[in-house]
Amino acid sequence: MLLTLLGVAVVVAGFAARLNPLLVVATAAIVTGLAGGLDLIAVIAAFGKAFNENRYISLAWLVLPVIGALERAGLQERARDFIVGLRAMTMFRILVLYMLMRQVAVAIGLTSLGGQASMVRPLIAPMAEAAAEAELGPLPAAKRDEIRAHAAAAENVGLFFGEDIFIAIGSILLIKGFLEQNGIIVEPLQLSVWAIPTAVAAFVIHAVRLYLFGRKLAHGSAEQKKALT
Amino acid sequence: MIGLSAVYLLAGVIFGAIAMMSAVDRGNPKRWINALFWGLFAASFLVGDVLGDLGNGVLVLAMVVLAGFVGLGIGSPATTNTATRRQSALSFGNKLFVVALTIPFVTLIGSLSFNAITIGGRPLIDPAQTTLIAFALSVIVAIVLARVMLRQKVPAALDEGRRLLDLLGWASLLPQMLAALGAVFALAGLGTAVGDLAAQAIPADNRLAAVAAYTIGMAVFTAIMGNAFAAFPVMTAGIGLPLIVMRYGGDPTIMSAIGMLSGFCGTLTTPMAANFNLVPVALLGIEDRYAVIKAQIPTAIVLLAVNTVLMYALVFR
Repeated sequence: MLLTLLGVAVVVAGFAARLNPLLVVATAAIVTGLAGGLDLIAVIAAFGKAFNENRYISLAWLVLPVIGALERAGLQERARDFIVGLRAMTMFRILVLYMLMRQVAVAIGLTSLGGQASMVRPLIAPMAEAAAEAELGPLPAAKRDEIRAHAAAAENVGLFFGEDIFIAIGSILLIKGFLEQNGIIVEPLQLSVWAIPTAVAAFVIHAVRLYLFGRKLAHGSAEQKKALT
Repeated sequence: MIGLSAVYLLAGVIFGAIAMMSAVDRGNPKRWINALFWGLFAASFLVGDVLGDLGNGVLVLAMVVLAGFVGLGIGSPATTNTATRRQSALSFGNKLFVVALTIPFVTLIGSLSFNAITIGGRPLIDPAQTTLIAFALSVIVAIVLARVMLRQKVPAALDEGRRLLDLLGWASLLPQMLAALGAVFALAGLGTAVGDLAAQAIPADNRLAAVAAYTIGMAVFTAIMGNAFAAFPVMTAGIGLPLIVMRYGGDPTIMSAIGMLSGFCGTLTTPMAANFNLVPVALLGIEDRYAVIKAQIPTAIVLLAVNTVLMYALVFR
């Protein structure tokens, strides 16, 4: 049975070596299947079956023609102009506000109001960049990358630690179902309530980190200016 | 009844059009590779159900070989330059936001209201798939609105979609591949193997050790599997129920709620959760593949510690 852990080893080593992730995943699947006693044809068939059943995951890309057309029409530029017009909007405030809105919306079940492709790329990341540049002047590519990464992270933290407050979300139903199989009856509402302390902690921790990141960014850019003069 | 198959048909047609546009794109030296890759993606949506398991397996391996060994190129669709976009942003103003927000709002309204639409007492739209169908509808509505309000022609939208898909490249396939890997892991009994290992290796001879073993185990196992759903049953059956609930009399509700969220701390740290951690890197054009993970790891570690303390303080009330 422990042989099946070879697949995990393939994944860890492959991702650490930064090999092409598709090759890593396909190799891990084949290794795991073979180690689990399947023959090669059966592994490929099992992988193909699971791939076909999970096609709905890739439906997310249907949004790309819309986002692309909007970008062609100037959506990112409009987002930047909008933020620069609001002088009170710093990068820190934009990302914290987005994370808060995301977390609250998800907590009341409005999971679809956000996302990396539909909100972060066209709106939130350009807004955060524009606000930072309005405050600090043009930034080097490495700093812009950091801001973008933080925009994506704000989306993830808001989503992950808001969703369990909503009683009909998949993870709550999974917990309820699993405990029921083990003879323990729980109320989804109780599970939601006990997700709140962690949700608050997640927001506070990540907001503090965004604040520190904003300070570091301002500090770094001040140093840079000093070095130039 | 309108079900998922209608959405797959739409996806197949859109990806098929993108494959054809790739094939005639002379600005891309690897245009045939891209055409074949997106063509196979389209085929998966159009005929995946009649290919059979082995056929689908061969199809996905062919895509892996194309993207992993041969390498995809970047297409050169006709797009606008920055000056034109600035001008266009000024003239369209907030109409741009209206179209952008169409997608979340139509998805939301659709997923809340589709169940109310019935024909002869039967639902028009598959009640199990309302969100995905509402999402597909929102894409169509937004494309129409972009045509009407922003004068963006439909072929241009498809070409822009191709620009972004080429930007994603292999990352576009990774989330679905990882879900399939999860299924193979489950088939081979990986969950029980890891659970047994964790239960043997972790000393849990007092309350705090048991709680820490459970929260940290959830995070680590989630990082390995890429999602907390796979980790929860294994860790809860292996450590949570026998130790925290049975031996020390902890509350299963509080334990499960905080345990699941400890797993989510693991999700923040792993490339296995590709759609959250790797896809944005490609979407945002970030140089370092692990930049989003690096931005999240400190939050994940501090929050996991907070979760452990919270569970210890609350679960034995």
